[in-house]
Amino acid sequence: MIIQKSLTQFGEYLQLMGKTFQRPERMRMFMRQYTKEMKDLGVGSIGIVLLISFFIGAVICIQMKVNVASPWMPRFTTGYTTREILLLEFSSSIMCLILAGKVGSNIASELGTMRVTQQIDALEIMGVNPASFLVLPKILGLITIVPCLVIFSYGMGMLGAFATSLMGIITADDLVYGFLHDFNQWYVWMGIIKSVFFAFIISSVSSYFGYNVKGGSLNVGKASTNAVVSSSVLILFADIFLTKLLS
Amino acid sequence: MIQVKDLHKDFGEKKVLRGITADFRDGICNLIIGQSGAGKTVLMSCIIGLFRPTSGQILFDGRDMISMKRKEWKLLHREVGMLFQGSALFDSMTVLENVRFPLDMFSAMNEKERNERAMYCLERVNLADAGMKYPGEISGGMQKRAAIARAISLNPKYLFCDEPNSGLDPKTSLVIDELIHSITHEFNMTTIINTHDMNSVMGIGENIVFIAGGEKAWQGSKDEIMGSTNERLNSFIFASDLFKKIKNEELKGLQNT
Repeated sequence: MIIQKSLTQFGEYLQLMGKTFQRPERMRMFMRQYTKEMKDLGVGSIGIVLLISFFIGAVICIQMKVNVASPWMPRFTTGYTTREILLLEFSSSIMCLILAGKVGSNIASELGTMRVTQQIDALEIMGVNPASFLVLPKILGLITIVPCLVIFSYGMGMLGAFATSLMGIITADDLVYGFLHDFNQWYVWMGIIKSVFFAFIISSVSSYFGYNVKGGSLNVGKASTNAVVSSSVLILFADIFLTKLLS
Repeated sequence: MIQVKDLHKDFGEKKVLRGITADFRDGICNLIIGQSGAGKTVLMSCIIGLFRPTSGQILFDGRDMISMKRKEWKLLHREVGMLFQGSALFDSMTVLENVRFPLDMFSAMNEKERNERAMYCLERVNLADAGMKYPGEISGGMQKRAAIARAISLNPKYLFCDEPNSGLDPKTSLVIDELIHSITHEFNMTTIINTHDMNSVMGIGENIVFIAGGEKAWQGSKDEIMGSTNERLNSFIFASDLFKKIKNEELKGLQNT
């Protein structure tokens, strides 16, 4: 029963993607929607991304200093491990899990409300492809903006770690030396590439749950929850495959 | 003219429409009436293309909608305006942007012309002052009028209204009815209204199709409805005491003369 339901949902998801990736009716309107979605979904998330990255960067640095550093380890270890954690996992995967909660629920509830109030039907009757008009700008908008958020997260995480040097936990010289030690540029690209896949998962899966809402406002809430849970689980699975593939 | 021929619609085992044949004529208000669950919403959904009928034909001025290709179907829908039960205005857009939306999507007009056309439509429904407001900031009646303005912005040949008076007070309902009626005659549209509001039936019912149990049980005009001998129609119309009294008064008047 669960397998049948999952296969049905996967089929519906593919159908929606088929309808979504079609040429928009009017490019001017599409670009307007695209910039609007970048602003609503991406720019609206900058604050939370910067805040979380700053504090997590600081906490990682303190934890490394307290738990890893020892007289047997080089003094740059704290800076080095903080940088590696931020680049490899935190700023891409964990940040996208956080975005799945914020952006995913936003997308699912917006589309779900449009469905139950017949706004999507109205588009269809006008001869507009609702999937292409509503979902495609969200997917492309998020794919465009999330890598930027990841880069901001890198920077803010490092700044957070650097702030601990002001508290006297680690010297700025050791931290900077650790940040620069054995730097592999590919790790930056790896995080950015992973975030593109995660952005697609968040936007497309959440759109699927919102677009296919049946019933009333209660179901919009359920769709929003399902969108966040499914996006998060898929991000975790995708993270394993992408890490293996890109490492 | 829209013609429906032997239309069937099944949902699994359940037969909702059972061979409906009806004509909806140009330049007048065509009403689909019937009890809740009779199949009138399914009939309208089939006509506008939200549901695919199990069998039958739907002809828009001779063009069979069911056998149309997707591209033709899209072109046909540019000739269709729709007023939804809940108005279905886009929450993220102002009233003016809502009305301008079909023009932005499909017209070849420049921005100034699109704005002028949208303002004309808003003025036509007496909403010129509400253009900059969002749908959530205006009343239900105003939302309905804004939805009518959006529906007529592309000057459609066919106008569909699903329960246009639901949730409105009797006075506002009359305003909406009169608006739909005057727009229909002014632009010579084929208007189909799905309703169970007897005030609308008696006010603007120029061609009425009564649906019962998924079948067309009666067709006629508002002038013929009171004298109908159709039992199912009478039990629907005269369910309210007010209409029973009116009927009795009419019968007394006839006996006296």
